[in-house]
Amino acid sequence: MSTALVTDLTIFVLALLVGIEVIGKVPATLHTPLMSAANSIHGIVLVGALLIGLTAHTTVGYILAFVAAFFAAANVVGGYVVTGRMLKMFRRKAQPPAPAPAPLNGQAQDRPQEVRQ
Amino acid sequence: MNTFDTNIQLVYILAAACFVIGLHLMNSPATARRGNQVSTAGMIIAVVITLVLLIHDGTVTAVGWTVLIIGALLGSVVGLYSARTVQMTAMPQLVSMFNAVGGGAAALVAVYGYIHDESAPGGVLGTTSVFTVLDVIIGSVTFTGSLIAAGKLQGIITGSPVMIKGGRAINVALAVVALGSAAFMLTTASLPALLLVVLASLAFGVLMVLPIGGADMPVVISLLNAFTGTAVAMAGFVIQNWGLIIAGALVGASGGILTKLMADAMNRSLANIIVGGFGTGDALVAAAVTGDAQIRSIAADDAAIQLAYASKVIIVPGYGLAAAQAQHGVAELAAVLESQGVEVSYAIHPVAGRMPGHMNVLLAEANVPYPQLKEMDEINPEFGRADVALVIGANDVTTRSARRQGTAISGMPILDVDQAKSIIVVKRSMGYGYAGIDNELYTNAKTSMYFADAKKAVADLTSSVKTLVGA
Repeated sequence: MSTALVTDLTIFVLALLVGIEVIGKVPATLHTPLMSAANSIHGIVLVGALLIGLTAHTTVGYILAFVAAFFAAANVVGGYVVTGRMLKMFRRKAQPPAPAPAPLNGQAQDRPQEVRQ
Repeated sequence: MNTFDTNIQLVYILAAACFVIGLHLMNSPATARRGNQVSTAGMIIAVVITLVLLIHDGTVTAVGWTVLIIGALLGSVVGLYSARTVQMTAMPQLVSMFNAVGGGAAALVAVYGYIHDESAPGGVLGTTSVFTVLDVIIGSVTFTGSLIAAGKLQGIITGSPVMIKGGRAINVALAVVALGSAAFMLTTASLPALLLVVLASLAFGVLMVLPIGGADMPVVISLLNAFTGTAVAMAGFVIQNWGLIIAGALVGASGGILTKLMADAMNRSLANIIVGGFGTGDALVAAAVTGDAQIRSIAADDAAIQLAYASKVIIVPGYGLAAAQAQHGVAELAAVLESQGVEVSYAIHPVAGRMPGHMNVLLAEANVPYPQLKEMDEINPEFGRADVALVIGANDVTTRSARRQGTAISGMPILDVDQAKSIIVVKRSMGYGYAGIDNELYTNAKTSMYFADAKKAVADLTSSVKTLVGA
């Protein structure tokens, strides 16, 4: 077994355990948005589809790249949009003022805000 | 791995960290939206760095760029359109479709990887080919399985179990063909073997989901979700990308947990659901119980009196409510009752709806505040204090025969509706639920049956209550 493979397997197993730990805490109320969010996350296969482009230079390669990019893009864009749409509906009270949508970019390093419980 | 490649991998890890944080923030409805935004940011980072890599590498041909860009744009448009327009009742179909395309894309990544390796001088197949074949198999099964599931949910394919004569034997044969060809692929570079694996897996996916009944859809969707995640992780092994490996593992874990929760909520083992057939044999045992038992029917006015003068009402929504699009009406009825000082809460069974948590989304859409949505364990002790339990379009989740041995759903956790002081059941007819068994709740002395379509019933109840209280 190569070192690279061992590293990959280590990452896989640890990520699986982190996933079980994190997702086990999601309340049943949010299970549909959770599944939809997980759906959008597996849209990262778009990265794999794009990487086909690196070596594709035959018709078969191009067709596979096209279909894979199509599928994955539909998955990732649709997944995030519909998850956002669903989560917007979860309200504490019947008619609160709609919060201004935060910009998408540059939030990676933001600390998640404390939200009153 | 040179410095550039290493840096790229580190960016993928950053993206993966965003996914984990995003999922973590979903542990409360208050933070969930921010979670989705963090996750989106991670995805944008991953895609952008991939484009940087493609440009930096410089080997992508003009045709290559064209097919990638057009493919991705078309896909985005389709995804965006369906996400914007989908009805919340049709959410399970959409999730199923996303499972299908995600699994399909993962399979294609592996197929391409194999074809590319095979055509390389010598056709050397490295250690990744184990993952290649796993990705092809799981991805293909997910693709067709999810399409069939979506078709069943949409009503294009019948929701009842489709039993094909000798279907089980065919499935075993397909599995043998897929695994056998896959094993051959590992030792010898062979495109026909790859084709055989793909075809057998696609067929297997169809035959796996066809015999599963509509009531088991929450489990099936969760399982296919786990499959998709696993396929994506395998694709990550194939192309040596940590982002895909981590994201795939997270989704696999999520799907796995939900599969277990759903199966537990129905007290059925996964194997039992996959093998299929609900209420085919022992379900008849319960049918004898009712016999000539009395059923009390009630009109809107009488039901409205009970509701308006109650101090605590628990609403038990089932899929019948969603199917009749009555969730908005129910929310209005609840609002009227609350304005009269009635304490209203909703008892949500884990398998109410067609996917995990589906009922919560439907009620949230109807502006029901989420603190009123109570999970089974939380609400069950409260039924004893409730004056009225209003059951709308729910059947099997309230069936007391689940507490006895020898019925199709024995041991399935149920809502303790019969503990309430009185029970009103809104139902179209005395028809059966998915489990196809009689519900003793309906012949309970405390129960009144209100036979009507859920939407009409709720509207009538609301106007009756309004008249009664002069609102």
